[in-house]
Amino acid sequence: MNGQPILTLDKISKSFGPVQVIDEVTVSVHPGKVQVLLGENGAGKSTLIKMMAGVYQPDGGRILLDGEPVKFRDTNASEAAGIATIHQELNLVPTMSVAENIMMGRFLKRFGMVDRPALRKQARAALDLIGLDIDLDQPVGELGIARQQLVEIAKALSLDARMLILDEPTAALTRREIAALFSVVHDLRERGVGMVFISHHLDEIAEVGDSVSVLRDGKFVAEVPADTAEPELVRLMVGRDISQQFPRRREYTGPSEPLLHVEGLSIKGLVNNMSFTVHAGEVVGLAGLVGAGRTEVVRAVAGVDPYDSGSVIIRGRRIPRHNIGAGIKAGLGHVPEDRKVQGLVLDASVNENIGYATLASTAKGGLVDFKGQRDKAQDVAGKLRIRMSGLDQTVRSLSGGNQQKAVFGRWIAAGAKVLLLDEPTRGVDVGAKVEIYELINSVTAAGGAVLMVSSELPEVLGMSDRILVMSGGHLSGELAAEDATQDKVMTLAVRDVVRDLEDKS
Amino acid sequence: MTTAVKAEKRQHLDIKKFLANNGALVGLLVLCLALFIATPDFLTAGNMLNIGIQASTIAVLAFGMTFVIVAAGIDLSVGSVAALSAMVSASMFTTAGLNGWVALLGGLLTGAACGAASGMATAYGRLPSFIATLAMLSVARGLTLVISDGRPVRTADQVSFLGSNIGPIPMPIVVLVVAGLVAAFLLNRTVIGRYMYAVGGNTEAARLSGIPVQKVLVIVFALSGLFAGLAGMLLSGRLDSAQPQAAVGYELDAIAAVVIGGASLAGGVGRISGTLVGALVLVVIRNGLNLLNVSSFWQQVVIGLVIALAVGIDVLRRKNTIH
Repeated sequence: MNGQPILTLDKISKSFGPVQVIDEVTVSVHPGKVQVLLGENGAGKSTLIKMMAGVYQPDGGRILLDGEPVKFRDTNASEAAGIATIHQELNLVPTMSVAENIMMGRFLKRFGMVDRPALRKQARAALDLIGLDIDLDQPVGELGIARQQLVEIAKALSLDARMLILDEPTAALTRREIAALFSVVHDLRERGVGMVFISHHLDEIAEVGDSVSVLRDGKFVAEVPADTAEPELVRLMVGRDISQQFPRRREYTGPSEPLLHVEGLSIKGLVNNMSFTVHAGEVVGLAGLVGAGRTEVVRAVAGVDPYDSGSVIIRGRRIPRHNIGAGIKAGLGHVPEDRKVQGLVLDASVNENIGYATLASTAKGGLVDFKGQRDKAQDVAGKLRIRMSGLDQTVRSLSGGNQQKAVFGRWIAAGAKVLLLDEPTRGVDVGAKVEIYELINSVTAAGGAVLMVSSELPEVLGMSDRILVMSGGHLSGELAAEDATQDKVMTLAVRDVVRDLEDKS
Repeated sequence: MTTAVKAEKRQHLDIKKFLANNGALVGLLVLCLALFIATPDFLTAGNMLNIGIQASTIAVLAFGMTFVIVAAGIDLSVGSVAALSAMVSASMFTTAGLNGWVALLGGLLTGAACGAASGMATAYGRLPSFIATLAMLSVARGLTLVISDGRPVRTADQVSFLGSNIGPIPMPIVVLVVAGLVAAFLLNRTVIGRYMYAVGGNTEAARLSGIPVQKVLVIVFALSGLFAGLAGMLLSGRLDSAQPQAAVGYELDAIAAVVIGGASLAGGVGRISGTLVGALVLVVIRNGLNLLNVSSFWQQVVIGLVIALAVGIDVLRRKNTIH
């Protein structure tokens, strides 16, 4: 690549205690170019961008700013150098207006009071930089995630940022919002802003990137052009073939009974007349875009949210609507989308977290069966290979993969026969992912049924026996594992989006 | 390293851990030692029993409050509910002429009912517990005044018994011990107790695990009300009469005792033993300052500083253990 990079991380290293997280990695960001960072969770991408942003300081190697070595003591130093990070969790105050958020921390004052006209003028200028036309006085919280993100980008640009770090900016966006974001990225590229882009969606890389730095286990693997074929990117990222990555085995030989049957499930404005069945020994993948209604279906089936019409039948028993306990009694287990917020009591022990669903059913006269619960938890933790110092370790201090295994463990301990998995491997490292897949295998081998929502298409394709595709709140198609491809799934996933949006408006 | 040295080291660690986990207890002991040195009047049998009696009301209120705070709520109404329970009980006996046992039970049930109402407003009405119990604080105090017309009412003999002595032992101390054991048993051994920790630690995760969060909250507040009712019996029993302005502001003492005892207002953390120590810290400070002839105005200043200090130390300690 030609020209002087804005920022170069030169053979940079970082360790936390004994763990080497980044090992002599070199990455450069050039003006007007989008540098993609690619790697599995835990590969070191976050640590790398945190060193660019001054959150962490490297233990080895150099940071070069316009070719000169610098040290970013803190995030202020990095910001002063014109580097801004757009985090997944946005740094906006939801109740304050768009203008106030853009100008946060540098309110213009006149006679000791906020100079509103000047504030609005500068905020408008910032929005114009990215061609965003929204009401300056609207509270930011009323905007969708996509627009909030754009407000944050406008804010960064108004602070004279010349390098933007975009940390998974597309994770929560719809297809259309992603297109809008990418057109902003293209404009910024024209203006000579350098960008670092992180995404788990391989298909976005060719669309938005110039060059890709691939990381694996904290090491630099390769730098390749952004139009490199996806299988090659996966190979570089994972370091092995995709067939080993998804070790689906079908070992169940018993009768193929329907364990979960959903009939005509509808939630006004979200889910429309969903019917499907999951049989013993089967993994059914539920694919679709973010916002297609997958999580809503899972939550309604689990009894977490109410639904308007339809029925849920588990092992022949009709489950009353909006009743979590009834589902659990019938053999249902729900691994929710966000384990930290919905799955775990983070400051409680592994023992307690595994035991919550069985506390009441094993109790005698309202008294907890501590020994029985503990033995069960020990057994499950061993089977799931939860890496912990002991059952009394708090869940907060476990790694993401082991936390997720603790949520699974609760349902294994409860003897669940029907598992609803919502993004079961999100934020989990490669090794633990495979362990979770093996766990799914053992559940189905024992005659259990699994319904799995995942936004990672390779995972859906690799682990499912059948794939249901949702689009705009209803079932747009079903594919057998052997003839499903990413293209076929995506075609079904986007089929009805446009039409449905037109119907609604 | 020889095994003896290892064992010694482990013992050393255990002591360190114990001290770190029982900061309030260490503080209480230091406080007692200081008062023992400062005044000969402190460590006398009479004064010890006095401290026990004074601690009984606050501690019983605070035991109930521990349930609520563990479940990530707050109950501002316990003082008013104690007064209302006492007044209902006394009126049942004196005005309505009911049996003394019925009056005692009626007082306790009044407390539980008030708590259950706050619990329902929180669990089903989705009011923040701060608001629901602030409303109850006003309602219960108002009802107390309505029932009594602002005048004290004589209590039943059975209630007065709770304020008397059996031999040398004051009944309030017996009640304190029994209430503490029951509360600890509920919190540690029963399913509902463990549910309180789960709900307080992460309500959504508890709900998704099949824990009936709303029922748990109603029970939690009902228990807090029941313990407040018991505290009301103790207070009125000692005076042989229910006072309309009894226990004003006691909710703040109860919250302070729970927090000094190591519970977190964020929920999920708290122990009955800690709460007992917290209540004793408050009472011993007041008692000691009285013995040293410090004005009651200054006592309030000292109590406030102790609360800030105790929680401040706790916050620092937690920070150190997590990182």
